[in-house]
Amino acid sequence: MSEAVRPNLARSGEITPEIVAEHGLSEAEYDRVIEVLGREPNLLELGIFSVMWSEHCSYKSSKIWLKTLPTEGPQVILGPGENAGVIDIGEGLAAIFKMESHNHPSFIEPYQGAATGVGGILRDVFTMGARPIANLNALRFGDPDHPRTRHLVAGVVAGVGGYGNCVGVPTVGGEVNFDPGYNGNILVNAMTVGIARKDRIFTSGASGIGNPIVYVGSKTGRDGIHGATMASAEFDDRSEAKRPTVQVGDPFTEKLLIEACLELMATDAIVAIQDLGAAGLTCSSFEMASKGGLGVELDLETVPCREDGMTPYEMMLSESQERMLMVIEPAKEDLARAVFEKWDLEFAVIGRLTDTGRMVLKLNGAVVGDLPIDPLAEAAPEYDRPWTPTPAPAELAPGSVPAPEDMGRALLDLVGSPDLCSRRWVWEQYDHMVMADTVGRPGGDAALVRIHGSDRALAITTDCTPRYCQADPKAGGAQAVAEAWRNLTAVGAQPLAITDNLNFGNPERPEIMGQLVGCIQGIGEACAALGMPVVSGNVSLYNETNGKGIPPTPVIGAVGLVDDIARTTDIAFKAAGEAIVLIGETRGHLGASIYLRDALGRREGAAPPVDLAAEKRHGDLVRGLIRGGRVSACHDLADGGLAVALAEMALAGDLGATIEAPGSAPEDAGETPLHAWLFGEDQARYLVTAPGAEEAAESLLEAARAAGVPAARIGVTGGPALTLPGGAPISLGELRAAHEGWLPRYMGD
Amino acid sequence: MKARVHVTLKPGILDPQGKAIQHALGALGFGAVDKVRQGKVIDLEIAETDPEAARASLREMCEKLLANTVIENYAIEIDAGP
Amino acid sequence: MKAAIVVFPGSNCDRDVQVALRQSMRGAPGHDEPIMVWHKDADFEKVDLIVLPGGFSYGDYLRCGAMAAHSPAMTEVVRRAKAGVPVLGICNGFQMLTETGLLPGALLRNAGLKFVCRDVHIRVETSQSPFTGRYQTGQRLRVPIAHHDGNYVADEEELERLEARGQIAFRYCEPDGAVTEAANPNGAARNVAGVFNEAKTVLGLMPHPERLADSALGGADGRPLFDGLVEALS
Repeated sequence: MSEAVRPNLARSGEITPEIVAEHGLSEAEYDRVIEVLGREPNLLELGIFSVMWSEHCSYKSSKIWLKTLPTEGPQVILGPGENAGVIDIGEGLAAIFKMESHNHPSFIEPYQGAATGVGGILRDVFTMGARPIANLNALRFGDPDHPRTRHLVAGVVAGVGGYGNCVGVPTVGGEVNFDPGYNGNILVNAMTVGIARKDRIFTSGASGIGNPIVYVGSKTGRDGIHGATMASAEFDDRSEAKRPTVQVGDPFTEKLLIEACLELMATDAIVAIQDLGAAGLTCSSFEMASKGGLGVELDLETVPCREDGMTPYEMMLSESQERMLMVIEPAKEDLARAVFEKWDLEFAVIGRLTDTGRMVLKLNGAVVGDLPIDPLAEAAPEYDRPWTPTPAPAELAPGSVPAPEDMGRALLDLVGSPDLCSRRWVWEQYDHMVMADTVGRPGGDAALVRIHGSDRALAITTDCTPRYCQADPKAGGAQAVAEAWRNLTAVGAQPLAITDNLNFGNPERPEIMGQLVGCIQGIGEACAALGMPVVSGNVSLYNETNGKGIPPTPVIGAVGLVDDIARTTDIAFKAAGEAIVLIGETRGHLGASIYLRDALGRREGAAPPVDLAAEKRHGDLVRGLIRGGRVSACHDLADGGLAVALAEMALAGDLGATIEAPGSAPEDAGETPLHAWLFGEDQARYLVTAPGAEEAAESLLEAARAAGVPAARIGVTGGPALTLPGGAPISLGELRAAHEGWLPRYMGD
Repeated sequence: MKARVHVTLKPGILDPQGKAIQHALGALGFGAVDKVRQGKVIDLEIAETDPEAARASLREMCEKLLANTVIENYAIEIDAGP
Repeated sequence: MKAAIVVFPGSNCDRDVQVALRQSMRGAPGHDEPIMVWHKDADFEKVDLIVLPGGFSYGDYLRCGAMAAHSPAMTEVVRRAKAGVPVLGICNGFQMLTETGLLPGALLRNAGLKFVCRDVHIRVETSQSPFTGRYQTGQRLRVPIAHHDGNYVADEEELERLEARGQIAFRYCEPDGAVTEAANPNGAARNVAGVFNEAKTVLGLMPHPERLADSALGGADGRPLFDGLVEALS
C-alpha cells in the first residue's frame, strides 16, 4: 500500500495514561508502542497492541523457559507454534492435539466458561484439518466446603457436557480435584485430540498476495471485550456500552463449522486457516500475515456483525465464538461459499493479503488503523523475570507418620474422599461413546479411542499432582509427565507426545516464577528421558486472589498409540485365582501424600522422588507384558498408593482379592511399615494380574528379574471382599458404597 | 408488529424442571411456594399490520412448530404498538 | 436391501449407524452401501429402510427434534412411512418421530434433569416386528443411552392402547429383566424405552443399539437389531 493510507491516524492526546493502564500495558511497554508506530496509537491500535502483547498471546513471562522444552522427535510433524501439535501415528495418519485453559471465564460463569473452553480447543484442532475424536477435561475446584464450589462443579460439568455432547465428540477422560488452593481460581483445562491425513494438514501461514481473506462461522458480537476497556472514554456516553462480556457458546454452530471446514478441506481451496480465539480477529489476521511474511488489509464494514453500530475496536477485539478466518484460492471462492451456505453459516470476504507487511484496517474506505506486522511481533515484550527456587521440604521418614488404627477403615475413607472417589457422576453427564470408537471408557488409567475403521487406537490421559509440584516444582513437573507416561503404558500404549497446560499464579512474584521454572525444568527432563516431546501447550498465569496463588498446576495431556486393540488391558480384575504382582520398588514414601493430607490433615514432606530411568525400564517391561498377552489387568499406582489401586481394580472387576505383604507377616514388610506400604506414593509402580495357572505368575516374575525390574507377588484375586494384610475383609459392597457415594451425595442427588 | 408466545406444559404433565425450581426455592427459604411450572417465552416481530391476521398466523406457527400440542399449551399476546 | 440415513444439521450418530448397518449388510448379496440423505433433499431414491439418527438436530433448540420434524426430507419420510416403508428413529430420531406424530407420546427432560450417558438394560417386549425378529420376547439387552430428554410421556389412555396393541418395543429393566423404578434412567412412563407404530413398521427408541454392535466396544447386544432388519427387508 502507499503513503496514502497513513494520514489522519494520529490523534494526539486521545490516549491517556489511564487508558493505557486499563489495557494492561506498562509505561515501558507503551513507550515501545510509540516507537514501533513512530507516533501515538489511536484507541483501536492500542487495543490491538494490548491483546497482541498480553500474556495470553505473547507468552512474555514464560517464553524463555518454554524454549527449553524438548519439542522434537521422529514422531513429531509439527511442534509448538501452530494451533495444535501434530504427530505421526503411522498408516498415513496424524494425531493433532492440544490442551488449553479457560479458567477465569469458568469462575465467572461456569457453564458458559467451560462450554466455550471446549469449543475453543475443538477449533484449534479441526482448524488444522483433523476430525476431533476425543475431548478430555482437567478440572480443579476449591474446598468442597467452600460456598461456591458446588455451584462451580455443577456448572462446569454441565457446560463441558452441554458443548461436547452436542458437537458429537466423545468426552473420554480427564481429572477432577479439590483443594482449598483453588477457592478463588478454579482451573478448567480442556484437551481435544483429532485425526487427519498426514498429507492434509492445514496451517495458518498465509501466502499469495491479493488472495481473499474469508470470514466464516457465526456473526461477531460484543462478547468477551474486556469490561475496563468497554467503559473507557470513547464508550462511556453510550448507554448500551456496558454489556455483559461473558462469551456464550453455540455448540450447534460449532458442529456445522466442523463439518463445513472438513468438507472444504477435502478440496484444494484453502491456502491458510486460523480459528478466531482469544483476541479474535486481531490475533488471527495478525498471525496469518506474520507467518506468511505478508501484509493484510481488512474492510471492516464487511465483517458479519450480530448488532448494529459495532465499532472497529469492538470488531477487532470481540471474542465471539464459532468463527474462523481463511485465506482461499481466488478461483475457489464460489466453491467455498457454496459449502458454507450449505451448512447455513456466514461466509464473507473481509479483506485481502498485501505485500506491505502492514495490517491496514479500513471502515467504508477510510483507514482507521495501520500497524506494522513484523516490528509489532518482534518488539513484543519478553521477560526474564526474577525467580527464586522453592525451598526443598524436609524428607518425611515413613516410620514417623502415624499408622491408622484400622487399615480397612483408612482405605474406605480414602476411596470415599473428594479426590479419590468415583467420578462416575461427572462422566455420566458426558457422552463418552458417540462416534462409536470408545474402546476404553472413563474410569481407567487412560482412555482408548479406536482409530476409525482400524484395529489401532489412541490412548489419551491428563495428569498432574499439584501437591508434589507445591512441595518440589521440579519433581512435580517430572512426576506429572511420568504419571501420564505410566497411564498410557498401563493400557498397553506406546507413549508418543504431550501437550502441557501450565497454570500458575502471578509470575511477577519471584516465588511463583520459581514454581513455573521448576515445573518446566522437571517436565523437560522427563520428556527427554521418556522420549515424549512437547508438541503444543498453553500457559495460564495470574491465577491468584488476594495475593494468594493457586498450587502450581502444570497439567500434562499425553497421547500414545496402540497397534492392536486386542493387545490392551484395563484395570478390572478378570478372574478369581489370579496372582497379583506389584511391579516397581516400594519404600513407603508418605511425604506430600494423599494419606498424609486426608487422613492426618498434614501437608508436609518432600514429593516422591522420580527416577526417570526406572520409570522407563518398568514401563517398557509392563507394556511388553501387556502386548504379549501376559497380564490380564494392569493399573498404575498413583494417589493413595497400593491400597487405593487394589480397591479400584477390585471394584472395576467386581471381584475381591486377598493381599499379603511381602514376607510372612504384616509386621515383617521389610523396613516399610504396613501403612506406608499400603498408602505410600512411590513412583514407577504398577499392579498387574497374571492370567491362569501358577506358571504364568512365575514367568512374569522371571521376565521382571531379567529386565532388572523389582517385582513381587502380593496376593491373589477372588471372593467378594478385599482383604488387606492383617485386616478384616472389606466387602466390595462397602467399598463400592464409599467409592461411589461421595460425589452424588455432595452434589445433592 | 410485536408478538409474544407463551408455551407451557399442559396440566398433569410432569415438569421435573419446575419441581427442581420449587425445591431450590424451598431451600432458599421460600417455603410458601406450592407449585412451579416452567415454560418458554418466544418474542417475535412480524411484518403484519392486522392483529387478527397476525393472530391466525401465530396460531398456525404454534400448532406446527412452536409448541408440541401433545404436551404443551400456548398463549399468544399481540402488541399492536403505540 | 437399500437403506437411507437422513442427516440433519447437528446429527452426530449418522456415521455410527451407517457403520452398524454396513456391518450387518456385509457379505449379503444385493446390498448397497447405506446412503446419507441431506435434510434439504426431499427427493431421495427409493429405499427399504429409513433411519433417523441420534444427535442434536438444530442444536435441540426449541424442543428436541421439533425443527427437524419440519425439514423437507422429513416431509418425505412421513409420506413414505405412511405408505409402509420401515423407519427406525434412534434417540434424537425417536424425538423427531413423536414430533411428526408418526409415533404417539412425547419425550421430556429426564427426571433427574441431567444428561445421562451409560449402559442400561432393556427388555425386548416382542420379537414380532422387523426390528426385533432376531431377539426373543423377554430377552434382556445391554445397550447405552446418551440423552437429556428421554422421559417418555403419553396419557393413560394412550399408554393402555400401546400396551393392548403390543406397541411397546423395549422397557428399561434390571439385569435380570425386572421392570423397576430403579432401572428407569429418565423417568419414562412405564419404563418405556422404545415404541412402535400400530403396524410395527416404525420404531423409535432412546437407547443406541448402534453403539454396542461391535464386541471391540465391549458388547454387541445391539447388533441383532440391524441383522434382523437386513434379514427382514432383503
